[in-house]
Amino acid sequence: MASFAWTIPLWPLLGWLLLGTLGGRLPRRVVSLVGCGSVALSFAASLLAMLTFPGEPQTVQIFSWIAAGDFSVAAGLLLDRLSLVMVLVVGGVGLLIHIYSIGYMAGERAYSRYFAYLNLFMASMLLLVMGSSLLVLFVGWEGVGLCSYLLIGFWFDRERAANAGRKAFIVNRIGDAAFLVGILVLWNALGTLDLRTIAERASTLSAPVMLTASLLLFVGATGKSAQLPLYTWLPDAMEGPTPVSALIHAATMVTAGVYLIARLFPLFTHPITLLVISTVGALTALFAATIALVEWDLKRVLAYSTISQLGYMFLAMGVLAPAAGLFHLTTHAFFKSLLFLAAGSVMHAMHDVIDMRRLGGLAGPLRYTAVAFAIGALALVGIPPLAGAVSKDMILERAAEHAAAGGSVLPLLLGLLTALVTSVYITRAALHTFLGRPADPQTHPHEAPPVMARPMGILALLAVFGGLLGAGLAGAPLLRFLAPQFGEAAHVPAAAGGAAPTSVATITSPLAIIVAVAGVVVGLVAYRGRRDPDLGMWGRLARSHFGFIHLYDGVFVPIAKRLAWTLAGPVDLGVIDRAVNGVGALLAGGARGLRRLQTGYVRHYAAIILLGTILILAYWVIR
Amino acid sequence: MVPLAYYLVLSAVLFSVGMTGVLVRRNALIVFMSIELMLNSVNLTFVALSRSLSSIDGQLAVFFTIVVAGVEVVVGLAIIVEIFRSRASVNVDDVDLLRG
Amino acid sequence: MELILFIPAAALALAGAVGVIASRRAIHSALSLLLVLSALAVLYLLLEAQFIAVLQVIIYAGAIVVLFLFVIMLLHMATGEPTVGGLRAQRAAAVVVGALFLAGLLVVLVRPQTAAVLVVGPGPAFGTAEAVGRALFTRFLLPFELASVILLVGIIAAVTLGKARPPEGRGVS
Repeated sequence: MASFAWTIPLWPLLGWLLLGTLGGRLPRRVVSLVGCGSVALSFAASLLAMLTFPGEPQTVQIFSWIAAGDFSVAAGLLLDRLSLVMVLVVGGVGLLIHIYSIGYMAGERAYSRYFAYLNLFMASMLLLVMGSSLLVLFVGWEGVGLCSYLLIGFWFDRERAANAGRKAFIVNRIGDAAFLVGILVLWNALGTLDLRTIAERASTLSAPVMLTASLLLFVGATGKSAQLPLYTWLPDAMEGPTPVSALIHAATMVTAGVYLIARLFPLFTHPITLLVISTVGALTALFAATIALVEWDLKRVLAYSTISQLGYMFLAMGVLAPAAGLFHLTTHAFFKSLLFLAAGSVMHAMHDVIDMRRLGGLAGPLRYTAVAFAIGALALVGIPPLAGAVSKDMILERAAEHAAAGGSVLPLLLGLLTALVTSVYITRAALHTFLGRPADPQTHPHEAPPVMARPMGILALLAVFGGLLGAGLAGAPLLRFLAPQFGEAAHVPAAAGGAAPTSVATITSPLAIIVAVAGVVVGLVAYRGRRDPDLGMWGRLARSHFGFIHLYDGVFVPIAKRLAWTLAGPVDLGVIDRAVNGVGALLAGGARGLRRLQTGYVRHYAAIILLGTILILAYWVIR
Repeated sequence: MVPLAYYLVLSAVLFSVGMTGVLVRRNALIVFMSIELMLNSVNLTFVALSRSLSSIDGQLAVFFTIVVAGVEVVVGLAIIVEIFRSRASVNVDDVDLLRG
Repeated sequence: MELILFIPAAALALAGAVGVIASRRAIHSALSLLLVLSALAVLYLLLEAQFIAVLQVIIYAGAIVVLFLFVIMLLHMATGEPTVGGLRAQRAAAVVVGALFLAGLLVVLVRPQTAAVLVVGPGPAFGTAEAVGRALFTRFLLPFELASVILLVGIIAAVTLGKARPPEGRGVS
């Protein structure tokens, strides 16, 4: 089994190599075949790995990467329950989006470059979730960051896109810096970077070290998963092609932070760490949901929605419910990418218009897309039995139990409030995009072609039935699969053989449903007929991101710019260049001086020979 | 009854004189003659030591030195004549094409 | 007894040497060289190197100096020293360096071993043509053959270099 596991990240890597070098000269059909075929092969390998999984984690070492004294890192892949779940989600959703891209990017000149980057991303992401060592994970981490930059700025001649790519990379970097320091702390304390070993020995760490390492790693996760305060890059990342937004910025890359915490879960058990994680997650969830309420760009609404849902996942991690967080990761991948693909279909039909003020009335001509969007929206809102409902309910149940057991009640409250706002903003988006009178009656939108529609359909089915993966009635296969990884933190539902829920938990489920439905009703009422009510002070606060925009633009960015200019000018030009040129000048001057010895006069040469002879003579005499 | 040292000192002095001549004079022919002077001083050393050590080998060395000196003078003078033909000068300072 | 012959010969050699390097005219230098060579031949005789002494006179004094004289005459050396200005400080530096060198040599050469008086010679057969020849054709055979090769090379070189250039048209270097 393990022998072919290493091909899972290999196929997309080969695809990238092939398309990156020869892609421009290959016909479109071949590019599509290679681009999607590599992912299909990878997904098939993942399925095979799942079917033949023996139950115990397996490590495949590809080669010994670093061997320096007593520091050694193996370039290896870890195949266990967690990584299997991740590769299936990444591979499956990735494959659907690759197929969708064939249609969406059909008119694009740089077709092969797109698929090359997308394949490279898949390879990096799979490496990230399969890496056996923290350092291998980090390689994948950086790789997806790079691909994010490349794909956000895919249309690099557009200034907004280029800026957005750069912003994403730089903000990510801040998180990565903390991540690296965390890696150093862990190595210093444990002497190894092997993930399984770290997880096993996490309990041997002293409390301050565990706190420091876990917080540093969390900051890294914050950058990659766009939580407060490193969230600013994700909405701007919508400048990239829509399938990229679906794949990278909804389903996979942004979940890397969640995966990291799940993977090293025993490390994140310090009470302060848990408090920080759950609070940041909960606050981010509400924060982003509020902003989604005042955005007009449909993709940006979905971007803030992603940030918000990621907040839910971190919230779950913070209340010691990692399996629930991973379950939500899976269902979110289904319905959020569905929503994005539907938005892409809208853009495809409306010639890249995505401002909701210019849309409307698309439910008629784009019936299929509208239904898909509706399914995704209902899943997001949390209407049972759709996928998002089951996973979100589970998280809220855990939050309630956490509060009842003496923990903070903030995650539960914020979680419920966010659910309300979520319903409102997605209803608003649906109304403005699909219902009411069209803003521009002259347009004649047409529905998406089958190559785009079929992946949406599959995702819709997954969004509807995906909840069964964790529902007690269906035996909660996902949770039971993950149970050996997390022990009792897997929270297998009672109906599937787990522990009985506490009394508190039994009331959160109905409460969450009520809140969700109430939000939809509020949205329908407030935004019927594509109305735009004035939200007054709250609207202004939301639009300024509760002051964050001013903080960034007014404080951090100017400081960074000043620092950059100082380093570029006085430091780089003045000091470094001068030093380097100085060495050159020194050598040239020395050479010029030595040149004066070559006078051309035989007598001078004879004199110097004599001088040398005298020195030798003197040496002999003295000895 | 002449100490060996006398011959060696004479040889050293002749050599130094020849050396100085090479360094000081500008006429190529005179430089050449100074070089011959140096060669001869070495010959004297060889002969003196050959006598002192009672070995004929020293004189053989002188034999070959004289032969080679002869050849060297012939070729060297030919070169000097050749240079004179192209530059009309035997000033060693004029031949400074190696100047860098 | 030998000292009586040694001192004048050495003095003449020294005088000739100074004459070689200090004469204004090249021809005077050549004649001074001749003096040195002759004095050295006397010294060789004193050192029981008869064959070498004769060689010295025949080849060195008789051929090489004559060659010098011919070339001097060929090049119309009316005045010995070119009038173009010399290098700065060369003369002073040369004297200093030369003195230094001489001092070094003397330090090396004047030792208790060398202060010994040369004893009565190793025998009447030492230094004769027969003795030199015997060594030459037995132990020094290879150098002897090489020397003849060198002579051949020298002849060819001299002829080639000394050949008068055929008359050429202008423009050809």
